[in-house]
Amino acid sequence: MEPSARYLYYPGCSLKGTGIAYEESLLTTFRLLEMPVKELPDWNCCGATTYMSVSETSATLLAARNLALARQTGSKDLIAPCNACYLTLRKSQRLVADYPQIAQETERFLEQAGLPRLDSVRVRHPLEVLYNDVGIQRLRELTVRRLQGVRMASYYGCQAVRPYGEVDDPHEPTRMDEILRAVGVEVVGYNLKTKCCGGPLTGTIHDVGVRLNYILLKEAMRLGAQAMVTICPLCQFNLDAYQAEIRKQTGEPIDMPILYLTQVVGWALGGDYRELGLHRAISGRKLLEQWFTVRKEAETYV
Amino acid sequence: MSEKKNGQVRIGVYICHCGANIADTVDVKAVAEYAATLPGVVIARDYKYMCSDPGQELIQQDIEEHQINRVVVAACSPSLHEHTFRGAAERAGLNPFFVQMVNIREHDSWVHTEREAATVKAKDLVRAAVQRVYFHKPLEKRRVPIHPEVLVVGGGIAGIHAALTVANSGKKVYLVEREATIGGHMAQYDKTFPTLDCAACILTPKMSAVKAHPNIVLWTYSEVVSVDGSVGDYKVVVKRKPRYIREDLCVGCLQCIDACVFKEPKFDDEFNLGLSKRKPIYIPFPQATPKVVVIDPEACIQLRTGKCKRSCLEACVERGAIDFEQKETYEEIHVGSIIIATGFKTFDPRRLPQYGYGRYPNVYTTLEVERLVNASGPTSGQVITRDGRVPKSVGIILCVGSRDENTNRWCSRVCCMTSLKLAHLIKEHTGAEVYIFYIDMRAAGKGYEEFYQRVLNEGVHFVRGRVAEITDWALDPSEEGKLVARVEDTNTGFVRRIPLDMVVLAVGLEPQFDAHEVQRMFGISCSLDGFFLEKHPKLAPAPTYTDGIFIAGLCHGPKDIPDTVMQAGYAAAEAIALADTGYFELEPNTAYVVEEECSGCKSCVPLCPYQAITFKEDKQKAFINEVLCKGCGTCVAACPSGSIRQNLFEDEEIFSEIEGVLAYA
Amino acid sequence: MERQIRYQREADLEWAHQFTKHPGCERLLSCIQCGTCSGTCPLSIYMDLTPRQVIALVREGFREDVLRSQTIWLCASCYACSVECPQKVSITDIMYRLKREAIRSNLYPKRFPIPVLAREFCDMVRQRGRNSEFWVVFRMAMRSNPKILLSMARTGWELWRKGRLSLRRERIQRINELQYIPATSKEVD
Repeated sequence: MEPSARYLYYPGCSLKGTGIAYEESLLTTFRLLEMPVKELPDWNCCGATTYMSVSETSATLLAARNLALARQTGSKDLIAPCNACYLTLRKSQRLVADYPQIAQETERFLEQAGLPRLDSVRVRHPLEVLYNDVGIQRLRELTVRRLQGVRMASYYGCQAVRPYGEVDDPHEPTRMDEILRAVGVEVVGYNLKTKCCGGPLTGTIHDVGVRLNYILLKEAMRLGAQAMVTICPLCQFNLDAYQAEIRKQTGEPIDMPILYLTQVVGWALGGDYRELGLHRAISGRKLLEQWFTVRKEAETYV
Repeated sequence: MSEKKNGQVRIGVYICHCGANIADTVDVKAVAEYAATLPGVVIARDYKYMCSDPGQELIQQDIEEHQINRVVVAACSPSLHEHTFRGAAERAGLNPFFVQMVNIREHDSWVHTEREAATVKAKDLVRAAVQRVYFHKPLEKRRVPIHPEVLVVGGGIAGIHAALTVANSGKKVYLVEREATIGGHMAQYDKTFPTLDCAACILTPKMSAVKAHPNIVLWTYSEVVSVDGSVGDYKVVVKRKPRYIREDLCVGCLQCIDACVFKEPKFDDEFNLGLSKRKPIYIPFPQATPKVVVIDPEACIQLRTGKCKRSCLEACVERGAIDFEQKETYEEIHVGSIIIATGFKTFDPRRLPQYGYGRYPNVYTTLEVERLVNASGPTSGQVITRDGRVPKSVGIILCVGSRDENTNRWCSRVCCMTSLKLAHLIKEHTGAEVYIFYIDMRAAGKGYEEFYQRVLNEGVHFVRGRVAEITDWALDPSEEGKLVARVEDTNTGFVRRIPLDMVVLAVGLEPQFDAHEVQRMFGISCSLDGFFLEKHPKLAPAPTYTDGIFIAGLCHGPKDIPDTVMQAGYAAAEAIALADTGYFELEPNTAYVVEEECSGCKSCVPLCPYQAITFKEDKQKAFINEVLCKGCGTCVAACPSGSIRQNLFEDEEIFSEIEGVLAYA
Repeated sequence: MERQIRYQREADLEWAHQFTKHPGCERLLSCIQCGTCSGTCPLSIYMDLTPRQVIALVREGFREDVLRSQTIWLCASCYACSVECPQKVSITDIMYRLKREAIRSNLYPKRFPIPVLAREFCDMVRQRGRNSEFWVVFRMAMRSNPKILLSMARTGWELWRKGRLSLRRERIQRINELQYIPATSKEVD
């Protein structure tokens, strides 16, 4: 029999596609932390920011199905690594709690679909699980190797710290910095931590989306960061995928690795290059290989 | 008198329309018709304004013509008009405590929208009053004498003005100030709007006058620690903190400061908000009153370790004013009334991290800039940034910690004018381009709008928009090395990025950090915002709900200097009037012991919050001092033998009132 | 020249009045027009109306002006404005509400890629329970501006090489459960 997992895991669509490295590194990290994670069976799309623009009720019901499925498994904690999934699931919970009409609709839908009524499933973000459930002290203890002399900027993106979340302070988030320092990374004081990357804009109003990411990258560079650390597949994608285009447009020599927090933590805990999905990066590949490829003699054991 | 004439209860009921305030929601005619049917009611009327002279005459006439001996007035809150109707009854020869008011405005028409239900509620309340008033007894008001002395708490401009006004009327005033000098925030200001006269020039003469006044006892570096008693006789204990200087011996020559073993000032100077340094022994500012030095025990080596060569003592050897052994002392005083003028604190802009205060050195508060532009300030009046540059562009951001649901909801009232003044001064001192970021420009006051016009014409830029953030990252070469304000200029309708050398945050005004402790100690109330609550927002903005305690200045809410002085003068006038009357009439709603029923268990004695109950050993009975009793009813409820009763709240009065409310018609 | 004047008959005051009754729109009338939202918004510099102007227009009942604007579609739902607003107006929710109404009343800018993406995205989720990034973007491009596919080709190729682009069309197993979610086209919320 499979050991019962305390944590359920809701990948969302991106973690099966462009953000697959996030899934790989997340599962690796939690395995190394000996915290079993189980994927939510038959999950559906959270609706993202987009579904809300078409129908608020339907968006809530889509989220509600996932929450009901989570309840069926008996787990209380549902980890949603993508910022959009995290916000959408939590926002739906808030809408159901605050508006009786939406609660009624939700109940009706769940009944028709033969799903259980909603219960207090906690929607969690991996950053906050690492911070609260694992803790800085333990991360420091579990760290088996450190990146010497690499400076990184932590970048939250928008939705994780905004009204429905409890990931970190919305104005001056610091937890990711603390985690990074705990696993031996030097952190720069990045002021654009919660400035939006534009989300799907790079795919729709391309120039505008790219410009937003250019500003984020440029400021990180100015502050001397050699890499950026993200916690959202869309942020990672936007910052990672268009650097060549930015180089061409602006002439600025930007070629910066865009990491997932779980890649940095997972590597510090002893995960290897491929199982953390580090080979899937588009930008800053040379630096990544230099930093993360396991060459015994280059590692600093703690 | 009429109530005795036929030995029978004859009740008159009067339903007030209060214009449309009540009549729009409550069917007053129906209530009056209903009241007329109640037992004991001889006459029931409704009238447009019962509180008007004709309204009162109606009651008086009925008392005389119809031998009415109980009066029920259903109108507004008794706190507004109970005395009016009691007075009307009294003029017609009826004991005023035969009048009962029913509040069908605040408790009914103002809080309900449904006419039918509101009318039913009015009937219920009237019925309850009719049943209660039946049992009323004639009572006499009590008078307490008033000590003529007045305590003023807080030595800012409000406390100074109040103290001087009371003292000038010939009464003795105790002025208690927490800091080492009086002067308060006003002493820190440079110029005052809209006339630009220097704050010190107009304030320091008043400070000196306080010190010199024969009727004022000035205790600085002191705090009120307890308050007992009530109007006319407040017993107040004041703690005098050790300043390690004999105030009676120090002449303010300041030689001790020169002699201090610290050759250079090393500690943050509070008066200059840390923009300059001072020594462990210091005087807050040159015109400090009293002009007596003070030693900071946290900084002084002698006080911290006992191991200093004490060169200050040598400098003061002739007068011997320095006393490292000084301990705190306590003074007990009796005063008839108290004026609270404890001031405010400024908003801490670190709570709005988007403005970078504390992160970027060139972000200032308005209070810091007051010191910066002041000729005797840390830079001798030169406006230079923390990195030593004369700014070429300065932005002043308004409503920082005001009009903001995330911090303080209220408008702090003075920041618009303060910012206009500072914009003018900064421009005058530096020639910089000055930008004022505002949401609404509020310049209502004598000469204020004219001052706004003046500053407009001086070329200050007025950008209507609340700045979203201050950052130090450049998106354009012109922004390199500058702070940048990102703001929607709502006048032009687009977002602007404005590079600035200096940012000034017009911080809002908040209640003092210990306002709630002060509020509890003096037994007054706070409004929702945390400022002290006045008795009436329009007609009694300095008295409080506690008789003999008045509030003045910013402890009551944000206001400018003229308004502060006006309120302080008004509070002083109230205190003087109280002292000159010589007595205060108290409600007769006191508790009393029915001696033959008292078992002498003493359980009431420690319960009384006002120490009004003593135990008479000779009789083995409790005794209630009527003058001290506030009519709270605690002992009445607690007495196991039911031997304590209370005037106006007798059992039969309360029970019949409850029955009246519950007996649904 | 075009006259720039609004007659009061153009203002739909009933609509404005009803607006505050929708979830998240309750504090609309508390707005003090300070512009913090526009100043905070990373995209306001591309908008035809600033977020503050949108709020003002909604309040005054100028329905079509807002429903036809690009602003509501440029809003990336980053919620920065909602967090910063000194009057706790949930501007993001108001934008969502306007987007829904623009779609419903067919007033959204046609061929503007964002609303097209929204519709394609929702259709796919309704039919399959999940979205497949490649197919959503492909269909959005085909319906708005097929030329952008060319500019995406390079990125697509990079992603493909790294195993980050899947052409699989994802689908959940118990798709029947989604039939109880009301059809978006008919829905009024």
